[in-house]
Amino acid sequence: MADFETPELKDYVEVPLPQIGVMKSDGPFIAKPDHQEALGFPGELVDDWENVAVNKLGDLANRYRGLRVFLDSCVKCGACTDKCHYYLGTTDANNMPVARQDLLRSVYRYYHTPAGKVLSKLGMEKLIGARKLTEDVINEWYNYFHQCSQCRRCSVFCPYGIDTAEISMAAREVLDQIGVGQKYCNEIIGKVYKIGNNLGLPEPALADTLEGLEEEIEEDIGIAVKLPLNKKGADILLVTPSADFFAEPHVDGLIGYAKVFHQAGLNWTLSSHASEAGNFGMFIGSYENMQRVTMRIREAALELGVKRIVFGECGHAWRVAYSFLNTLAGPFDFLDPNYPVPQHILEVTHDLIQRGKLNLDPSENDHMTLTFHDSCNVARATRMGPKPGGQFTIPREVIKAVCNNYYDMPAGTTEDATYCCGGGGGLLTDDLMEIRVKGAMPRMQALKTVVEENGVTHMAAICAICKSQFSKVIPYYGFTMDQIISVHQLVGDALVFEPEETEKSEEPEESKD
Amino acid sequence: MSFLTILFAALFYFATAVILFGVGFKIWQYATTPAPLKIPTMPAPVTKPGVVIRMAEEVVLFKSLFRGNKWTWIFGWMFHFALLLVTLRHLRYFQEPVWWWVNVIQPFGKYAGYAMVIGLLGLLARRIFVARVKYISAPSDYLMLVLILAIGLTGLAMKFITHTDIIAVKEFMLGLMYFDIQPMPTDILFIAHLSLVISLMLVFPFSKLLHAPGVFFSPTRNQVDNPREQRHVADWAVELDATRKS
Repeated sequence: MADFETPELKDYVEVPLPQIGVMKSDGPFIAKPDHQEALGFPGELVDDWENVAVNKLGDLANRYRGLRVFLDSCVKCGACTDKCHYYLGTTDANNMPVARQDLLRSVYRYYHTPAGKVLSKLGMEKLIGARKLTEDVINEWYNYFHQCSQCRRCSVFCPYGIDTAEISMAAREVLDQIGVGQKYCNEIIGKVYKIGNNLGLPEPALADTLEGLEEEIEEDIGIAVKLPLNKKGADILLVTPSADFFAEPHVDGLIGYAKVFHQAGLNWTLSSHASEAGNFGMFIGSYENMQRVTMRIREAALELGVKRIVFGECGHAWRVAYSFLNTLAGPFDFLDPNYPVPQHILEVTHDLIQRGKLNLDPSENDHMTLTFHDSCNVARATRMGPKPGGQFTIPREVIKAVCNNYYDMPAGTTEDATYCCGGGGGLLTDDLMEIRVKGAMPRMQALKTVVEENGVTHMAAICAICKSQFSKVIPYYGFTMDQIISVHQLVGDALVFEPEETEKSEEPEESKD
Repeated sequence: MSFLTILFAALFYFATAVILFGVGFKIWQYATTPAPLKIPTMPAPVTKPGVVIRMAEEVVLFKSLFRGNKWTWIFGWMFHFALLLVTLRHLRYFQEPVWWWVNVIQPFGKYAGYAMVIGLLGLLARRIFVARVKYISAPSDYLMLVLILAIGLTGLAMKFITHTDIIAVKEFMLGLMYFDIQPMPTDILFIAHLSLVISLMLVFPFSKLLHAPGVFFSPTRNQVDNPREQRHVADWAVELDATRKS
């Protein structure tokens, strides 16, 4: 299948001894000049890259308190060293979170701290682990900062909350600024600017796809469930990852959202302008690009005159939506103040279930035994509902309302200790297949446990990247790709529709969360 | 006044200035650097009092470290808590009369010195024997432990092995406090102990010891989880907002 060895699944995840350089490589494909320039970055390596990089690093440390504190504060206690799925899966020493941070911290210390400035003059910078920026260092950054999915698992266990995601975002921003960007992320952001979504699906194709889905649903359940596009005056703008439009198992999730809206009688629409929930601007640590991508959502909401914004199942998109949207594209004072902005589709569905607005028959899903994968960004960077931890309870309560057979994976692999799928943070590209497969090992090991002990047959996910990544890598571990499923597919399949349903004209009173 | 007295008085004042201004500058820098995005590690408190509780759990109990690694937590917490007791106990050498609560902790503070050394030895052992921790350690990481260990050992030696003339020590320290310099005791253990402490004060603002003020400014731990309710915008981001189209 590939020119690397898939890690063996044991009874539990063993912490390996650190090996030097086993994942050393040139890293993922480099962005071409036009990918770079569309995002406002230099097309190729700039002449005085050393100065530009050092200055940019200093600039970022002045603009982001987190970065400054994280670079200064690490005491090398080692609590994070066994927490990264990429370290556990690859054994490469540089995939220990603190070692990954040190690739950048060593340069920060050399150029931006008094100790580094003095000791480097004396040739004693090694004493404090500082080092000069060289071409080798740039290559090392490019390679190892693209072996981090920015999942934040390490930050949970750090006594100072040092977040490697922030460090890796800063490193990628520095690399972009000297002209060394990653093709996958930067090309995709360019597609959002040009066409409106990550997959480059233009409006006519999108309209076609949605029409096809409507036919499919009607054939299946005999009810005309609509998937409206650019419907002016709709109450709800649904922003969902473009993978939901045709990738498997994502599209079954989209059908699920449509069925929920239909049965609840909610007036909703998709937008071709904001036909993407994902925001790869976060992965490359570019505030400006992240803001530019989010502005499409504000523009679409204004254009269509909606009252609410709801996000579909996507991990990092929900992070940008929940934590950053108000900052980047707010204030949203033109929307209905009775609802949070934005809402997660699971918050909407959960609320409808709580109030008995959905007619559900969980036995429809009796042929499956489910477990749930907490997506890293949802778990550790967002919330659902009014209470902390709602991001764990709401998806589980929804699943349990639509499925009779459910088991959690072992403690320590779920909720805020969840393992990343291995494909997040801009790594979901075929040129990074080795790190993706190896990084999935801890999650696969946890899945194997519940498969063997509880007879679990399917793993539900709420993230487009998780779904794509798992579908691709779980065959390496002896599972089949159809074992990954969207949470809203489960909801959609459990919804019972009365055959002769009449058009609902009245607004259902929804609780104000 | 002897050369030794002048030297140590000068070094002490210098080191005090360095640690106060150095750490003061870093605190000012942390306080004035914006945190443009909401990045608390979730689940996070939804109110400010909640954040105070979360921070207290981190600073007093090392809660995240407890989840992360039990051995590092045991040794690390033992060291830090003992260091706190020992430091507070040392207040008695800088004041007359001595505050009542400093007298209360005196017996505990005395033996905390042992706990401190045990904690430090444990941390050092991890650095040497755990391959992962060894890989991430720079020479300065060992030196820092050795420095504090040496401070602890010289202190314990004066307390429990060869008593130093504690009256003379206190006169010297009080003299420094009131700018009325008294003779520096010539006990070699005391000279070593004070030299090491002065070294620690000098490196503090330039080293990883900045984790002490840093933890309070860590946005993943000190931010309130309320981005949907309250718009959070950094100063430099306001300028970007002005260039937005809608």
